[in-house]
Formats: sequence, C-alpha cells, structure tokens
Amino acid sequence: MNQPSVITTENSPSKFQNCDFAVPDSSTEMAEAQEPQATGSAQDTETVLWQIEISPDAGQPDRLARNILADAKDLGISASLSLSASRGFLVQGPLDRNQVVQIAETLLVEAVVEKYELGRCGDPQFGVGDAAHPGLFYVLPLAGVTDPEAESAKLAIQQLGYPIEAVRTFCKYRSSVLAPEQESILCNKLLANESIEQVVTGPLQLSEIQLGEPYQLSIQHVDVMGADDSQLEQISRDWQLSLTLVEMQTIQEHFQQLNRNPTDAEIETIAQTWSEHCSHKTLAGRVSYTDEKGTREFDNMLKETIFAATVEIREMLGESDWCVSVFKDNAGIVTFDEQHNVAFKVETHNRPSALEPYGGANTGIGGVIRDTLGTGLGAKPICSTDVFCFASPDTPLEDLPPGVMHPRRIMKGVVAGVRDYGNRMGIPTVNGAVYFDPRYVGNPLVFCGNIGLLPKEKSFKEPLPNDLIVSIGGRTGRDGIHGATFSSAELTDASDITSGGAVQIGNAITEKMLMDVMLQARDRNLYSAVTDCGAGGFSSAVGEMGEEIGAEVWLDQAPLKYDGLSYTEIWISEAQERMVFSIPEAKWPEFRELCESESVEATVIGQFKPTGQLILKYGDQVVADLSMQFMHEGRPPVIRKAIYQPVPVSELSESSERTTVQNREDLLAILSSLNVASKHWVIRQYDHEVQGGSVIKPLVGVENDGPGDASVVRPILNSRRGLAVSCGMNPYYGDYDPYHMAASAIDEAIRNCVAVGADPRQIAILDNFCWGYTDRPETLGTLVRAALACYDVSTVYQSPFISGKDSLNNEFSYTDPTSGGRETISIPSTLLISAMGQVPDIGRCVTMDLKSAGNAIYLLGATENELGGSHWSLVNGLQGGAVPVLDPHAAKQRYERLHDAINQRSVRSCHDLSEGGLAVAIAEMAFAGGLGAELDLSDELKRSGLSAAQCLFSESNSRFIVEVAPEHEASFTELFAGDARRLGVVTEAPDLLICDAGEERLRATLAELKAAWQSPLDWD
Amino acid sequence: MSVEPNILILRAPGTNCDHETAFAFERAGGKPVSVHINQLLETPNMVNEFQVLCIPGGFSYGDDIAAGRILSSQLKGDLAKVIGEFHASEKLVIGICNGFQVLIKSGLLLEPDGQGLPATLSWNDSGRFVDQWVHLKADSPKCPFLNGVGDLYLPIAHAEGKFVARNEAVLSALQAGQQLAVKYCNPDGHKGQVAFPHNPNGSQQHVAGLCDSTGRIFGLMPHPERHIDPTHHPQWTRNDLPEKGDGLVIFENAINYFA
Repeated sequence: MNQPSVITTENSPSKFQNCDFAVPDSSTEMAEAQEPQATGSAQDTETVLWQIEISPDAGQPDRLARNILADAKDLGISASLSLSASRGFLVQGPLDRNQVVQIAETLLVEAVVEKYELGRCGDPQFGVGDAAHPGLFYVLPLAGVTDPEAESAKLAIQQLGYPIEAVRTFCKYRSSVLAPEQESILCNKLLANESIEQVVTGPLQLSEIQLGEPYQLSIQHVDVMGADDSQLEQISRDWQLSLTLVEMQTIQEHFQQLNRNPTDAEIETIAQTWSEHCSHKTLAGRVSYTDEKGTREFDNMLKETIFAATVEIREMLGESDWCVSVFKDNAGIVTFDEQHNVAFKVETHNRPSALEPYGGANTGIGGVIRDTLGTGLGAKPICSTDVFCFASPDTPLEDLPPGVMHPRRIMKGVVAGVRDYGNRMGIPTVNGAVYFDPRYVGNPLVFCGNIGLLPKEKSFKEPLPNDLIVSIGGRTGRDGIHGATFSSAELTDASDITSGGAVQIGNAITEKMLMDVMLQARDRNLYSAVTDCGAGGFSSAVGEMGEEIGAEVWLDQAPLKYDGLSYTEIWISEAQERMVFSIPEAKWPEFRELCESESVEATVIGQFKPTGQLILKYGDQVVADLSMQFMHEGRPPVIRKAIYQPVPVSELSESSERTTVQNREDLLAILSSLNVASKHWVIRQYDHEVQGGSVIKPLVGVENDGPGDASVVRPILNSRRGLAVSCGMNPYYGDYDPYHMAASAIDEAIRNCVAVGADPRQIAILDNFCWGYTDRPETLGTLVRAALACYDVSTVYQSPFISGKDSLNNEFSYTDPTSGGRETISIPSTLLISAMGQVPDIGRCVTMDLKSAGNAIYLLGATENELGGSHWSLVNGLQGGAVPVLDPHAAKQRYERLHDAINQRSVRSCHDLSEGGLAVAIAEMAFAGGLGAELDLSDELKRSGLSAAQCLFSESNSRFIVEVAPEHEASFTELFAGDARRLGVVTEAPDLLICDAGEERLRATLAELKAAWQSPLDWD
Repeated sequence: MSVEPNILILRAPGTNCDHETAFAFERAGGKPVSVHINQLLETPNMVNEFQVLCIPGGFSYGDDIAAGRILSSQLKGDLAKVIGEFHASEKLVIGICNGFQVLIKSGLLLEPDGQGLPATLSWNDSGRFVDQWVHLKADSPKCPFLNGVGDLYLPIAHAEGKFVARNEAVLSALQAGQQLAVKYCNPDGHKGQVAFPHNPNGSQQHVAGLCDSTGRIFGLMPHPERHIDPTHHPQWTRNDLPEKGDGLVIFENAINYFA
C-alpha cells in the first residue's frame, strides 16, 4: 500500500495548523490511500488512521441532532433546519480492516440500536451527504483539550490487545441547505465552542493524529533589571501576569539585589503566588473605608471583619468550641460526631464558565471536590452544593453584547458540566439555587461547594523535611495556563480569543480513581501532607506546601499528556485531577504499589529539601531558584480606598394597595418569576441520592416536587446524625443596601437550615463575595459594608464563618456595535452564604409540604413594610421602598424555640419566608402537600398596620410558616410566647384562600399555583 | 455453606455505589467484600470464595463509549469462564444500574446469538440523566432475588436505562421465559399503559429489570440499596413507614437463598 507522505512538522500550512492533526499534502494522494484493504492480514502493520462513524439505527432517536435542534429553537434560528448526526472515533495504529471491525463491533457500537461505517480517514464514503442534508460538518476537540472518552477508548482498545497509538472522538452533522450566515451561527453558536473545539466543513482530510514534538530545553529570562516603569507594565501585560506596577517594581528590586534577571518560571511563579485568586490581596489588604459614620482603617479587611467574628465566637464558646480549623486549610473544618469532623468549601469558577460553560462548571466542581479531598489529610466528599447566576434564558439573541454566549446556552452547559462531573464522582448534589439578572450577561457566576467527612485525627497535616513530592492522578498538559492570573482580570469581548489557554475540561473518572486510592492511603498513614493542584498548578501546590521548608522540583519527571511542554508550562499548567502529596521516603513504595493496583499514575517530582528555597530543575539545569520568603512575604501590600454612601430609603414608586384579583395575579407572577420558579429541570439531572444517605431531598411533598428549604444527608449510614445544607443570597437587596443584603443572606441561609431541623447552635457558614471592579472605591465600599454586616450578624447568631472565597472584577467590557462607544456591565454585588447545620437525630427532620387537613397554620416572626428589592416590586416593575432589615437577637431566640418545637415533634411542616413573602410560602406549602389552606390576616393586619399586599408579599427576614396538629397547639404557642400567631388551617379543598375578617384578599387553585411555578423552567 | 454468605462487590474505576450496596448486604446479613476489577482480572479464581457477585451502580470508566461498555468488555475471556462456572454452581449474580448495564452488555445476562446481543439498555427517551422515584411491579417466580416481592418504590438515577430488544421475537421469548422480572408501573399499581414519567426512560414493555433463564442472574436499573431505611423514602415525613425500606428485601432474598 502506498502511504501518503505524512506531515509531522509543527507548522502545517493549512487551516489545521492550530490542531494536532496532520493534513495530507493533497487530496489526490489521499485518494490513493483510500483503496480498501482486500484482506486485513495481521502482518500488515503500517500505521493507519481509521475513521469509525456510528449513527442511530432506523427508528432510533437521533439524540445529538435533537439536542442541537432544541438549542437552535431556543435561539430562534431557522425553524426549517434539519439535521442528522453521528458520533465517531479516529483510531490510529497498525491495524487492518478486520481488526478495526472487531474493535467497532466489540467495543464501540451498540448493535441493537446503532449502525456504523468504517474506513480510512478521508475515504469518500464519509464525505457524502444525502439529498436532504448536503451540509457536512465535523466537530473535533482542539489540540491539547482533554478528550476523556478518547482516553477511555484508547485504554479499552489496548486492553483488547491492539497496539494503537492514539484515539480522537468527533461528532459529524449533516444539515439541510443553509444561508452562509446561518451556517456560521450553526457552526459557532451551536455545533462547537471555538475555545475547545473546531469545526471542519466538508470531509475530514487527515492522515495522522500528531502526538506532540519533543521539547528542547531553552531557558528564558525576563529582562526586568534594566526596565523602566512602562517596560515593567508591558512585561506584566505581555506575559499575562496581572501584576501591578508596584508589584513589578518589587520584583525588579529583588532581582537587582540578586544581580540577575528572573527566568520566566520565576516570574510566573511569583505572579501565581501573588495573584488575587491565590492571595486575596484586595480583601486581605489595607483598606481605608469611609461611610456615614466616618473613616475606618483596616490593616487586613477580612481579618478584622469576617475572621474576627469567628475568633470572637470561638472565644465565647470556650470549652464547647466546635470549630476545628478555619480559614487556613483548603476548606473549613468543624466537629461532627465523636469520631468525625466535617469540612466545607465553596469556590467560584466564573471566568472559565463564561468562555466554556460545560468545561468551566465541570472543572469548578472537580476543583472544589479536590479542595475537600485536600483538607487535613483528606476528607471524603459526601455532598455538593451548586449555585448559579445567569442573565434570563429568554434574552433575545439580538440584545446580547458582542462576544458573549447566550445565557440559555451557558445555563445548559453549566448544568450539564456539574451533572456529568458530580454524578460520575458519586457525590450527591443536594443543594443549590439559580438566580437571574440581566447584569450577569457577560459574567455568569458559578459557585461550586463540597462537604467532606474526615476522621478527627486526620484533620491536620504537616509536610516533613526531605519528604518526597509526589503527584498523582491526571497528567500535565497545556490546560488552563494562566488560569490564576486570568481569573483575577476583567473579561472583555476579546477574552474568548485571547484566553483560550485558560479553558480546561475535566475527566471525572480520573479524579474518582485518585479519590479511591487517596482515601485508602490516608487510612494507611502513607503520607504526611496533601494538597490539590488548583489554580497555579504545581506552582501553587508545591509553593504552599513547601513554604516553611523549601522544595526542589524535577520538572522533567512530571508525566505529560503529550510532548513539547516547556518547564514553565509544566510548572504552571492547571491540568485537572492532580494532587500533590508529601510522602516520607520509607512509605513511597507502599504508596506507589497502592496506586498501581488501581491504575492510578503516581510520580515523584521532587523533594521538600530544607533550604528555604524553591528550586526548579529540568534535567540538570536549574530553571528557577526563588526564596520562599520572598514569594510568600515579599508582595507589597495592596492599599485601597473604599467609600460607601448610604442610599436614603425612598417611598415605593407606587402604592401597594391591591385588589383581590391583583393579589392573585401578583402571586402567580412571582411564582413564575425565574428566581422563584421550580428548578426541577436542574435538580433532577443531579444524582442527589448516591452514597445512600439521603434524608431530606431537594424536592419534597406528596408528588416529590415541592421546594424544600434545605437538604439533609446522613454521612454515616449506621448513625442517626445528619447534616443540613442550605444557602442564602439576594442580590436585589444589594442595590439598596449591601449591609442589609448581607445580613439577609446570612439569615436566609440559617433559617433554611433551621426549618428542616438543624440545631441553630451549631451552624457553620461560608462567604463567597462576587463583586465588580474593586479598584473603584465606591465598589469596594459596598463590599466592606457587606463584610461589616457579616461580622455583626455572625457574632450574634454565633454562627462562625469557617471558609470563604472572593471573585472580584466581575465586569464585562465591550464596544457597542451601533454607537461605537465602550460599555461596561458590572454584576450586581453578589454575596452567597452557604450554611451547614447539624441534625442530632434525622428522624426528627421536617419538610415544608402541608401534611393533614385540620392542622393549624402559624406565622413565626413579625412582618414589616419591607417591599424594597422584593420580588413583588420586581414583577410589578417598582423601585424604592425599604429592604428587609434584620433583628438578629429576636431571630436567634426564635430559631432556638423552633428547634425545640421540632425536637418535641410538634411541627408537622415548616417553610421559611423569602422571595415573595407569606403568599409564596403558603402557596408552595399547599401545592407541595396537595392540600388547601385558609388563612385570615385580620389580626395580623391590625397588629402591623400593613395593607394586605404588604402583609402578603413583604420579605421581612426571620419568618416561618409552621403547621401544627391541634393536639400540639397549646404547647407550641406557649413555647413561642406571642411570637407565633395562628393564621388559619389546612383544608381538603384544592384552594388557597386568604381573607381579612371574612373578606377575600386572595384566592387561587392549587393547580394554577403549581402550574405557574413549574412551567417557566420546565425545559425538554 | 457459611451462615453469612460472602458477597463480592466488584469495583471498577467510576463505580460509586459500592459502599452503600455493601451496607445493604451487610444489613441483610451478608458479608460483603469490595474487590477491584484489576485484582479480579489478576486472580479470577477468587470468585469461588463468594456466594454472590454484585456489580453495583456508578459510571464504570466514565460510561465512555456507552454505559457499562468498557467494564463489560473486561468481563470476557478467563473472567467470563469463572463467572460462568460460578453461576452454574447455583450461585447468584446481581447488577444494579451500571451493574445491570454491564451484565447485559457483557452477554452474561442474555447470551448473544448469531446476530449479537439480543437486547440492550440505551439512552433515555428524554436524552438525559434523571434522578426520580418510580413504582415497580416484580413478576418472576424464577428469580430468587424477587422471592415474595410484589410492589416496590425505588429511585432511579441514570441516563441510559431504556430497555430495547432487537425485535419482537426477542421480547416475546423473554416474556414467555418469565425473564422480564421487574416493570415500571403506575402509582396506583396498575400496569397497562405506563406513560412518562412513570416509565421514566421509554423502556419497551416498561422493563426495569431482567433475569437470565435460570433467574439467578438479575439486573435492574432502580437502586434497591437507596431504599433500605424508612428515611430514604421521599415522603417519610408525611407517613408512618415500616422499619424496612422496599429495597432491603432484594438483599435479604439473596442472603436467604443460601440459608
């Protein structure tokens, strides 16, 4: 067989030069190669690139095409578009046709429901469309982008005994005739995401999958010694370091003292260590804050607000302090039972998710799981929580600023990313929320949280001098280079072009395998410390672990996904699914054997040598020699100004007098508003029951579809002790007052936990600040204001913050195509509070669905005229009004009493009042329980002086509706001493009826309430 | 025969229900041991120390290529032989969710004929993963796991659980052989027309679980190990429920089979 000459040099002159496929010299030569092999003789061992295309059999659904068509419909693209799809594999190796048939039929094709074609890549049979579908598009992952399915297929084919070299997956689409601009939308908006994939129009013309070029060592230096200020700034930009001039000057001074220039690896390491993402230099920096009360100077803003609250609470608790390790490890740790502690961390993964929602969310959850895995000596992940913020999925395509992806596509990608990673890891995703606001259009927010369980004695770690540095799990590639510095920078409409290197794709199974061996190694005491490779890769992991000792790293030893990585790329790569261990030499053989037994790669990449220096070597050459002290202590303090000017409380822009009919319409509108509407489309895609510890599921009630306040899991299957997980967030209040927003978010998270039965005396909370550009004093001012509320509320509730994370500069800049002006969209100030409560006996948990007709309905807590930033204002398009303020002392007492009532089993159902207030809460309880409710507000109105609409829809904090059986009413009301007021009863009738002294104020059927709530996000 | 049957819980990269499945067997009175596929491939004969082989749920090898496909391709050759002997010696095999996918795709559950595998588990009609509870009716006098079992309420959590037979003849043969062991049914217990979401994936004949011709190899998509305690039931806060969840009986039956 005459094989076409293969281009193996780095620069193919064709349009494929950005990819790792070689292209044949010409199609004529390709044609010669397409002669099918007459007989596949085993001796014929030339390397061939085989193409296998698999399509659904006649009568079977075309899943891939159907998904694309659904997306096309969402975007309003061509109703006449017709599409068929195949999935496929490129398999490269010394195989003959019969062998490939074997591979296809035993491994790749599902013969009962699929058919396939195979041939050499580029064979004419693959290039033929049918009459109805002349358009032909192949979608392939870009070079260096993780392709988990191809990796698995390669291993499986090798296990069948075939010595293949490489596998790539692809999708193939055949489309009906399209106009050029439609074709461009189809390719760029629907079929592929150019940050991870490429579209090839027409047949694939490839002859080889290239496996990378060997790397030739060449040490790069960065000339900072003689640079002037503008050159220093230029260096920071050119190298994507995101360092300020002062920081560059500090680096310059340091190397002037050493009388040499830094290598690229050195300056990159410093940039990673000093990045906002890794060091939180703004919030942990000096802030001069001025508000209506005057100016307050912080040396370390976080330390003096949020951390300070925790320190005070721990002191107050004294002997009964239940915090174990806070704000120092990868996750915060608190006690759980006699033998175990629990760790909790919530991370953001916003920037990567804006560019590639699936990969961004995927690696977001993968990363936070590694955070708990890397806490202490390793916590076993037991459940996850995921909160997202998007622009409305109904945003018209033409209203989007240039360079942003449609929010519906972002949302679908993010949900799929969390689903595929979390489900594969076998970690139940039990809690979450989705918020919508147009200002998230350029900066969607993706919060991923994970809770882990660890034996008490495994809660602390300490690398020992001369321990080996061992990397296990995934291999290192060019994934996510500059992720840490990138996530500290502002996004622009050019980001999707300039930051392609930042996009990572996860491979959950690699992480699952890592987790399986790691927890065994932990229990066998095989290592002295561990941390995850997150932002900054080895650079951050080794830098942090070796901070007190020093480290020497042998970069050429790191296993690579493909050849050609420079020492700096290896050092800062953010390739996923890697963890770094500190292992005493004596324990290394057992550790290695354990990893081998489960096919997990483990490699010694260095040693913690007690020198106080970070030394990087490639072969014999030293490529970096940095003082640990300079890296960790050398960063010049960031000094920022923060200004907050309170917005005076204004009157609501319209009166809140409403008719009975309007009240009903308002209630239906709020139930249908995206923030309140049912998220079942999201929730049902997550496995929330794996690990077998599910106690209270995210959806509850007689048809398993009501909105629970918090989920409860039982991490130890033969124990009755549980954990409740919930969250609170309300960006709308922040537009009025960030202090009350923060206070309300904490209150919401905690009351959600308490509502299901968590003990209010032991709820740990986490903060995640996502803000705009905090170099602007006014923007930083709102953040400091929120942090002050965190301190105030946390100390009263005695709910300590145990971990937190911030993501700043969430702004999107673009050039308006019509005006030509530069526009910037800042996200609303967004504070997510996540709460983890403890449930002493899961058998006492309570859900929010009404249980039995005849039971009494009580309201706990006072309703004020607080419609500012409310959902009632939102659906009515109103401005102004007062946002809910918090009385934490009264709330704390109420929560403790409620917990006592739950423990006495006098609470049949309980629901917190949040978005939409009383009306939404009782409506949800009624339709979740399939029972009606009849309330009379007359006493409540008399007492508060509110109008019916105010009473129904105000979002005052710290309130619950509680259902109490008649036999428990006396003890219940006695316990609450006036704080519990009877509003009415549960009824058999399928209606919600709310009156004022017999006069109807709101009436709706359960069916219409439920439909309003379920329909907006009831996607296919 | 020992009083406590030994249960081999087979674990592969991506298996993730091994822990709670072992717990369910333990609660039922068995002695589960978790074994990694690498270990089993190395020493296939270790199977002989066990009475029950269980392939639990998860995403073996990421469900890459197709759910359960890669693990099923490993259960061939020597391993298929010892599992065949294991089965022939009156022992039991159960696959749950991913384990069911593995059993069917490996040919252990339904033997391939001249045209290949007679049936498979394909993508849900919805095209995506779903976690929900389903009502089930067990109906196979020959399957020891279902001894005395009628109605069940269990959760499913899968993307590829739609039972598809190659043709009508295969279906009728399975029906006649009492191998369509568990079916999705309506909440009121009626079989008849079982529409989405009660048949959550579009399975032919509403099949949720199958047994082989002897009844001793059993696979099902729903997760019995996720309903062994009353607090697993999604409505346990509404009703007083029995001490045992519906799923426990399947594990107890496996243990009692050796009593």
